[in-house]
Amino acid sequence: MTLNGWIQILVYCGIIILLVKPLGGYMTRVFNGERTFLSPVLVPVERGLYRIAGTSERDEQHWTTYTAALLLFSLGGLIVLYALQRFQGILPYNPAGMTATEPGLAFNSAVSFVTNTNWQNYGGESSMSYLVQMAGFTVQNFVSAATGIAIAIALIRGFARTSGRSVGNFWVDLTRSTLYILLPICIVLTLVYVYLGVPQTLGTYVDATTLEGAKQTIAVGPVASQLAIKMLGTNGGGFFNANSAHPFENPDAISNFIQMVSIFAIGAALTNVFGRMVGNQRQGWALFAAMGVLFLAGVTACYWSEAAGNPLVHALGIDGGNMEGKETRFGIALSALFAVITTAASCGAVNAMHDSFMAIGGMLPMINMMLGEVIIGGVGAGLYGILLYVVIAVFVAGLMVGRTPEYLGKKIEAKEVKMAMLGVLCLPLAMLGFTAIACVLPSAVAATGNSGPHGFSEILYAYTSAAANNGSAFGGLSGNTTWYNLTLAIGMLMGRFFVIIPVMAIAGSLVVKKTVPESAGTFPTHGGLFVGLLIGVILIVGGLTFFPALAVGPIVEHLAIGLGQTF
Amino acid sequence: MSQSKSASLMDSRILIPAIGGAFKKLDPRSLIKNPVMFVVAVVSFLTTVLFLKDLATGGRDLGFSFQIIVWLWFTVLFANFAEAVAEGRGKAQADSLRKARTETQAKLLTGDDRTSFKLVPGTKLKVGDIVLVEAGDIIPSDGEVIEGIASVNESAITGESAPVIRESGGDRSAVTGGTQVLSDWLRVRITAAAGSTFIDRMIALVEGAERQKTPNEIALNILLAGMTLIFVLATATIPSFATYAGGAIPVVVLVALFVTLIPTTIGALLSAIGIAGMDRLIQFNVLAMSGRAVEAAGDVDTLLLDKTGTITFGNRQATEFSPVTGVTEQELADAAQLASLADETPEGRSIVVLAKEKYGIRARDMATLHATFVPFTAQSRMSGVDIDGSSIRKGAVDAVLAYVNSTTVATGTVRASAELVRELQSIADQIAKAGGTPLAVVRDGKLLGVIHLKDIVKGGIRERFSELRRMGIKTVMITGDNPLTAAAIAAEAGVDDFLAQATPENKLSLIRDEQAKGKLVAMCGDGTNDAPALAQADVGVAMNTGTVAAREAGNMVDLDSDPTKLIEIVGIGKQLLMTRGALTTFSIANDIAKYFAIIPAMFLAFYPQLGALNIMGLQTPQSAILSAIIFNALIIVALIPLSLKGVKYRAVGAGALLSRNLLIYGLGGVIVPFIGIKAIDMVITSLGLA
Repeated sequence: MTLNGWIQILVYCGIIILLVKPLGGYMTRVFNGERTFLSPVLVPVERGLYRIAGTSERDEQHWTTYTAALLLFSLGGLIVLYALQRFQGILPYNPAGMTATEPGLAFNSAVSFVTNTNWQNYGGESSMSYLVQMAGFTVQNFVSAATGIAIAIALIRGFARTSGRSVGNFWVDLTRSTLYILLPICIVLTLVYVYLGVPQTLGTYVDATTLEGAKQTIAVGPVASQLAIKMLGTNGGGFFNANSAHPFENPDAISNFIQMVSIFAIGAALTNVFGRMVGNQRQGWALFAAMGVLFLAGVTACYWSEAAGNPLVHALGIDGGNMEGKETRFGIALSALFAVITTAASCGAVNAMHDSFMAIGGMLPMINMMLGEVIIGGVGAGLYGILLYVVIAVFVAGLMVGRTPEYLGKKIEAKEVKMAMLGVLCLPLAMLGFTAIACVLPSAVAATGNSGPHGFSEILYAYTSAAANNGSAFGGLSGNTTWYNLTLAIGMLMGRFFVIIPVMAIAGSLVVKKTVPESAGTFPTHGGLFVGLLIGVILIVGGLTFFPALAVGPIVEHLAIGLGQTF
Repeated sequence: MSQSKSASLMDSRILIPAIGGAFKKLDPRSLIKNPVMFVVAVVSFLTTVLFLKDLATGGRDLGFSFQIIVWLWFTVLFANFAEAVAEGRGKAQADSLRKARTETQAKLLTGDDRTSFKLVPGTKLKVGDIVLVEAGDIIPSDGEVIEGIASVNESAITGESAPVIRESGGDRSAVTGGTQVLSDWLRVRITAAAGSTFIDRMIALVEGAERQKTPNEIALNILLAGMTLIFVLATATIPSFATYAGGAIPVVVLVALFVTLIPTTIGALLSAIGIAGMDRLIQFNVLAMSGRAVEAAGDVDTLLLDKTGTITFGNRQATEFSPVTGVTEQELADAAQLASLADETPEGRSIVVLAKEKYGIRARDMATLHATFVPFTAQSRMSGVDIDGSSIRKGAVDAVLAYVNSTTVATGTVRASAELVRELQSIADQIAKAGGTPLAVVRDGKLLGVIHLKDIVKGGIRERFSELRRMGIKTVMITGDNPLTAAAIAAEAGVDDFLAQATPENKLSLIRDEQAKGKLVAMCGDGTNDAPALAQADVGVAMNTGTVAAREAGNMVDLDSDPTKLIEIVGIGKQLLMTRGALTTFSIANDIAKYFAIIPAMFLAFYPQLGALNIMGLQTPQSAILSAIIFNALIIVALIPLSLKGVKYRAVGAGALLSRNLLIYGLGGVIVPFIGIKAIDMVITSLGLA
């Protein structure tokens, strides 16, 4: 580990902290329907959209209607995206002449983008037309992110409103997060990326002649626009197969830094939106602090592991950290930082190959995902995910102050506990369940790139990434088989909607409750004590479940390398 | 509450039957009520079947498997034992109550007078029947007195041997079946059918037969069931991970891991905690009609307390003699004492006491003074004495002034000067402002001064209220006094707020206002006019001396009829919730050590590298697994006393309470099993068990 590496990491953290308040303030105004500096331009557009859709910002929805709307919207997106891939051969904007995507892959990819996962069993530049990339994937990048934010806002309203009946209007929240938040920021980011050298064209692939005289086709396309939302919306689906390790998708350290910042920006700011909407910003900072502590711990461990390097390689007389699978323009510190950011948030973009990380370095991204992407997390998903843990933490420890547990004045009772447990339960079900089946399925095991614990890690990582809606791949695993396409898609659907429905049920149950005024007998939820408690619950309830799996994967691999053994 | 009661916690008269109870509770129908322990029982049973099969076919490591299975069953039995001990404490009390419920003959009235009745068994009475109960009779069932007045021995339910008065009309009209009339007679309308009387309900409550899960308990059960499911996933997936690695793991080891990981500690003790919480209330002579009420008591935000009897002693007491100009304190005290000698009211007695203590005026005998007592009447609103042609009166200031004016006209003595009247009134006003009651004293038409009668705030009550404030509970004093007096007493007692000139209506609306703000309200009351407020309050404690209506409206009954208890009831409610939270936290925190004990042992055969995770340095894989399961079972027994006694509640803010409990039960829960498992490992290896 170097001082330079640490300075870069700390500068990154500093910028995120500085962004939380202004962005949080802006987003709060947007979702409260207050005036912002973009209102003169966007209000007419917004009103026009509502008129076309036949809704209005005054039409508030019950939580069941809200949920039904978002499920229908996702289903619609799924069908359109599937159809686009299947018919891309006969649709326009297909200069490279891509043919119809095979059904299993098309289904997997459609689910992947609708669930904000962006797991890619395809190589973008070699299998998808510009139309699919733009009208399919990029659109879903926007609306799946906006859906996540909308759910978080609905849940916040559950806490913030007293004796209410509705949790907001899905269509309004969806429109506002797309129109006022994602689009404007993405337009700016796209221009910056283009300036930094990222291609943005509808033209055909470029043929070049190499120094040796060989002919090489260089893929280009509307990269910058997809890149902007892929990061900001924590989607992670790269235009190119190599994702943000590709020089056209991440040309230099500056673009790398902007990408890392944009992954965390909205997720971090949402904690502040939460604080503002419930009337006490310190509540938001407490959640942010819990996320921050877990994040820094992850970065430290991952950076340490990568910087320490491989003892087996050291034994050959080659010193230094582990550079396998890393881009030299980013180095160890920025690769480790990127890996932790992209898995802490459910982004899944990569600028290095996680498969090539050291055992511990590769385990941290897995742990981040196993915890349910609550360390900043996916846009919206991170906030509602951590609030599930908050419900459990408050219930377990809140009893210890001798009152029915309450959070922000709302009593946490059987219904909330039940829903929070359902939400937390579905992740190990998908992650461990599918891994366990794949482990004993010869064809599934054959798809791994390595044998022994590392091969196990590849399978575990794939299902973990899918269910956590992260989408990053460990690499090594050949995921484009019917088995993986199907089970990973199911994992993604479970990880998305089996969490969303309980979350919405909690929002609906909380919103009708009275807010109990705070008193000296109220469990304080904005201090260091609560932050520590929350971290403990996240690690014990969320993390310990995976201890056996991690033990026979990365942990045993790490211990074996220390003993000079390979598999 | 008292030390003697908690000392009897481990009474052998309870413990020995509880061992039998633990086995009886292996009945699946009773086990299924507790999801966590039911799961443990199921896996124990399945492992036993597998073991028997192995025994027949000759498997390996039979001794080890046998030990694991024994401890699995112990885990279930220990949980049953905890519940049986908790129930056992209530059973003894129920037995003594049953004696009071012995078959009685009731005198069912057939006519309008008291003479015509027929004898019917008490159990045959219907609601609405009218019975006669005479001296020596046992009251056959719960009812309301519609005629008569009698002294009743209620020791069967209250444990208090002093008889109480029951009469028709007022706030003491409720009678309880099983109690005995000592003198006079009562005409009683039966209000409860056989089997649903107060004593029946009490028996069911103390035995825990009627125990229903409380809201928080239900939520906690869901959490525990959810965690159990999570650990099903964590352990059920291990065999296939092992297959991938080219190994296999014995079922008994998987079961051991599973049982140690699921929250058995809290699962085992949960119902014992609930029963013990109810029992603590009963020991305290308070009957909660539902567990929900006990929990609500812990959540209370606002306490409504009656001034009289709770905050102040029931009676006003003389604290000062304030003479008018020209009269000495000694003179006034002397006159006041004479006027009060024969006054048997507590106020009157307090005047005599004050005169003696402060001015050394001895009590005198009315007869030797040839004095005649003039008692208080509603018309005169004064009392006093006539001694040798001299007359002394004391009473309300306006009544005394009116008396002075009328007597001066009649006897022709000097009229009270306007100045004196003004002075007297200004003294009286000051006393009223300070929350006291002024009593004017006059001798032969001459105004002497004013006696200051004061509501005496109970000692230590101020500290209690500041304690409640630290707990985040707001106290509101309810009084019929005028706002001025109320404010003065409220300030002296240190309550947060007061409701002066209280009526049943504004009491009810106060409760509704507080509830609209999301607060939970507790109050106590005894009269029929309290019933609506008792019913509206989240915790309504009815006094046992109160009316049937009040007792029906409240969700708790205080057998001692002591309104101060509301404060303790809140503490008991909080203690119940805290104990559950503390043991849940402890139980979950235990898992870390158990993973570190079992995981390396489990995979050691094919991944020996994982031995590095054996940070406790446990001797062998088998001893590691065995130690974890033994610790898991023994910790249940070790925590039975805590679950019955409850976690100590301290009246400090929630923040301080939380950090303290998190430190003890959270951090302690992480550390204790590391030490415990290591110690057990050392013991069993030295015994050669593994």
